[in-house]
Amino acid sequence: MSVSVQNLSVAYRSRRGDVTAVDNVSFALADGEIMGLAGESGSGKSTLGNALVYLDQRMKATGGTVTVDGRELPIADTRAMRPLRMTEVSLVPQYAMSALPPTRKIGKLMTDLLKSHRVGDQRAVMTELKRRLELIGLREDVLDKYSFELSGGMRQRVTIIMSTLLNPSLLIADEVTSALDVSTQRAVGEMLLEFRDRGFVKSVITITHDLAILAQIADSIAIMYAGRLAERASTDAIVNSPLHPYTQALIASLPEVGVRHDQVTLTGIPGRPPSLVSPPAGCRFRERCPFAFDKCTQTPPFVEIEPGHTVACWKASDERGAAAGRAGQEQAV
Amino acid sequence: MSTAVSEILDEPKTPAVGRKRSDFVYYGLRNKKLVFGLGLELLLVLFAIIGPMLAKYGPQTLTGAQLHHPGGTYWLGTDSLGEDVYSQLANGIRESYLVGALGAVSAAVVGMTLGFTAGWRGGILDEVLQMVTNIIVMLPSLVLLVVIGSYLNSRSVLFEGVFIGLTTWPWVARAVRAQTFSLRSREFVEMAKLSGKRPLEIIVRDIAPNMASYLFLVVILLFGSSMLLAASYDFLGLGPSNTVSLGWMMNQATQNAALLYREWWWFVPPGAVLTAMVAALLVANVGLDEVFNPKLRQQ
Amino acid sequence: MSTLKVDQVSKLYRATSRAGGLTPALRKVSFDLPPGEVISLIGESGSGKTTIGKVLLRLVQPTSGTVTFDGKDIAGYSQRGLREYYRYVQGVFQDPFSSYNPIYRADRVFDLVRGAYFPKISAGDWSAKIEAALDAVALNPADVLGKYPHQLSGGQQQRLLIARALLLDVKVLIADEIISMLDASTRVDVLNLLVKLKRQGLAILFITHDLSLGNYVSDRTIILRHGAIVEMGATEKIFGNPQHDYTRMLLSAVPELHKKWQRTPVGAVPAAVAASTLTQASLLDELTHAEQVVKRDLRAVFGGSRAVASGKSQVAVALEPPTLREFEPDHQVADPE
Repeated sequence: MSVSVQNLSVAYRSRRGDVTAVDNVSFALADGEIMGLAGESGSGKSTLGNALVYLDQRMKATGGTVTVDGRELPIADTRAMRPLRMTEVSLVPQYAMSALPPTRKIGKLMTDLLKSHRVGDQRAVMTELKRRLELIGLREDVLDKYSFELSGGMRQRVTIIMSTLLNPSLLIADEVTSALDVSTQRAVGEMLLEFRDRGFVKSVITITHDLAILAQIADSIAIMYAGRLAERASTDAIVNSPLHPYTQALIASLPEVGVRHDQVTLTGIPGRPPSLVSPPAGCRFRERCPFAFDKCTQTPPFVEIEPGHTVACWKASDERGAAAGRAGQEQAV
Repeated sequence: MSTAVSEILDEPKTPAVGRKRSDFVYYGLRNKKLVFGLGLELLLVLFAIIGPMLAKYGPQTLTGAQLHHPGGTYWLGTDSLGEDVYSQLANGIRESYLVGALGAVSAAVVGMTLGFTAGWRGGILDEVLQMVTNIIVMLPSLVLLVVIGSYLNSRSVLFEGVFIGLTTWPWVARAVRAQTFSLRSREFVEMAKLSGKRPLEIIVRDIAPNMASYLFLVVILLFGSSMLLAASYDFLGLGPSNTVSLGWMMNQATQNAALLYREWWWFVPPGAVLTAMVAALLVANVGLDEVFNPKLRQQ
Repeated sequence: MSTLKVDQVSKLYRATSRAGGLTPALRKVSFDLPPGEVISLIGESGSGKTTIGKVLLRLVQPTSGTVTFDGKDIAGYSQRGLREYYRYVQGVFQDPFSSYNPIYRADRVFDLVRGAYFPKISAGDWSAKIEAALDAVALNPADVLGKYPHQLSGGQQQRLLIARALLLDVKVLIADEIISMLDASTRVDVLNLLVKLKRQGLAILFITHDLSLGNYVSDRTIILRHGAIVEMGATEKIFGNPQHDYTRMLLSAVPELHKKWQRTPVGAVPAAVAASTLTQASLLDELTHAEQVVKRDLRAVFGGSRAVASGKSQVAVALEPPTLREFEPDHQVADPE
């Protein structure tokens, strides 16, 4: 396994005490796997992604381990993480394309980056950089431009190139396709696939709220809700046979091209996610779940219901247990 | 990331504005600069109020004891005419505060009116007002003061205050105009327009309150600079002709070569007190800025 | 019957960049918005979709062309006339949080309306009106009244803004990207609300970049590109049988849950096939470049402000959008540019 996250918890310091934004999350990624980390605002997905690379002053890791390529990442120690950033793990932060310094040319930004990471053979890296620009259809003269001279899509692709220049094992892309036009969304999505296929990055975690994009580029999807993982499975399983009621409701609420309101009425999910400052006991989706029953006041464990398909839901695990029981009985008979 | 954080922590997304008063008080009390600056300033204001009442002599009463060292009956000594320096100091502080307030208020009124108008309307009106602003900035106010002063029989505190106000409003206007420009394209302003509100209502109710912290800081700075400017004018002998002020004291001291004669009690107190008055204000201002803008805080 | 008619509306902006000259944000856009109909205005960034919304709300003055409401030209309205106009035509914008003045409570948006439109209403009547409006948008008064904007979710904020519009006698709602900043689970609720309001006779201009949303909710669709309409007509016809290259490109690029993009994977695949993936990415980039070229050419015609002063006819020529031809009933397609 290329990436393994075990029981990771991350909290924010606030005036009212620690707020746990990521609660006991575990998952693993194989080499070359693109995993989509999906969830709504306040689910903790951004926190999880960012914690793997850079914990800012307000955050602290309160438990768990992260292993990449067999060695443990010292995520709690910002200093120790420095040499690993961009080389082992890399992050394209949300709003990165708006955060490019406007007073420096793109080429200069790149060389500065290489210098700060004490890259030995800068020339070789720059040649590789030009090759990659060409690969994704950007012309070399992009290096001679300022960030405001590029369109939104171009800037986003430039930031992804910058983050992957040193071939990290794990790339975390935080909402890289939001706020882009539909055509550039596709270009950026395909770029991630391209880079994975060519081995520029080993594994990718794409953080987004857009399940449709994940259906295009992700091999597997993890759904987060209120700081916990609700479901994790292959893209096909999530889209076609989701087991967690939240996932089911989410999929059912997505409009698709060709579907009109007079043909199908979609429904949303009533209510709001619980506050993470004082979360409810047991399953956090309980209050909005149409299938909630008394067992849901206990926290459901995140268990593998089917091969490669993990869910944290009493209904799903109980049903699976009942089905297995029936199958066993039939066999006996 | 920051929006994700604020969603998780249930905090408002905009700094300063929209937070509870208790937040301001909490952070305010913990900000050393604000506490120190404000504290010192309040002490000085207190002194300005009570000080003159404790003086045994009037500021320009001739006591007959010239150039006494501080001590005994004359707490800060006397000047070359025999006037009590302490009394002059106490009354001088009052005058300085008064002129400072007058100057700040008149600059604020003119500056804000023109700034809001230019910022809201834009277009030709804005260009004209900008021209006017630039002209005022370029005017040598000292020369102007001399020229105008020469036509007047006597100069009063009111005159000095208003004069300072009318020559320092430009940078208030510019700051207000810039903020108004950026706020007027905000969506809640468009919402107010879509609700049939008139421009004046929108400026007063929607735009100005969002600048409140900024305006507050600006006014404090104006206050400090007015006092300093007034002291400079007084020092040059261009101040009010009939009152005692800190600048006037320093002017008198210089004219009588107090420095040469080491009559420190004459020129050091006014200078020191003036410095304290302005510096405390500026330090408090920096602290207040930190309270309003969480990003400036080092937590 | 009140209709909003847009007739040959153009908007030129003075460019602030070094290149100078003028940028055409809208080029002779014309369409009708009849009551009880939802029209999706679909466009990417730079298409002018937000500008047209602002023109219809009279927050921006068009350079040429007219907008008429009930036969009256809205440009001619005085302050009072404008206030009356807003009784019938209202807008909701993309960022729900920004529409609230953060220093006041959220329900102040209701009070804003009260002052100008219901100056003499009694407190009891006013609360009843508010309750009715909140009920129409499926909001629980206890959840939203008395709260500050940051205490409400995006979906609640948007629905509160729609409730505000419902307090008036609104006949036309300009919804500018009102869903894009909401979570997936609340988007559909707001969409369904729009459908419900449409059924009650409200005309809605649904401005969006998201084709699947536009498809779900609208009766007719307008595809906007560089300020000009490239395809327009009944939604099923546009989405079912797109004729313009741009529309086709948009539809092919939209990510869908159950259909993958046509893509050739790289890796163990020979170089020739690998090249085709390349061209896919660069095709999209080429399209963007092509659009940049169109923009540049338009600006080149204007040159600096001197050109504008000297040749009004030049301006007229450059503003000319591609001609719309009827492909089939209720389906118009523009000539390629």
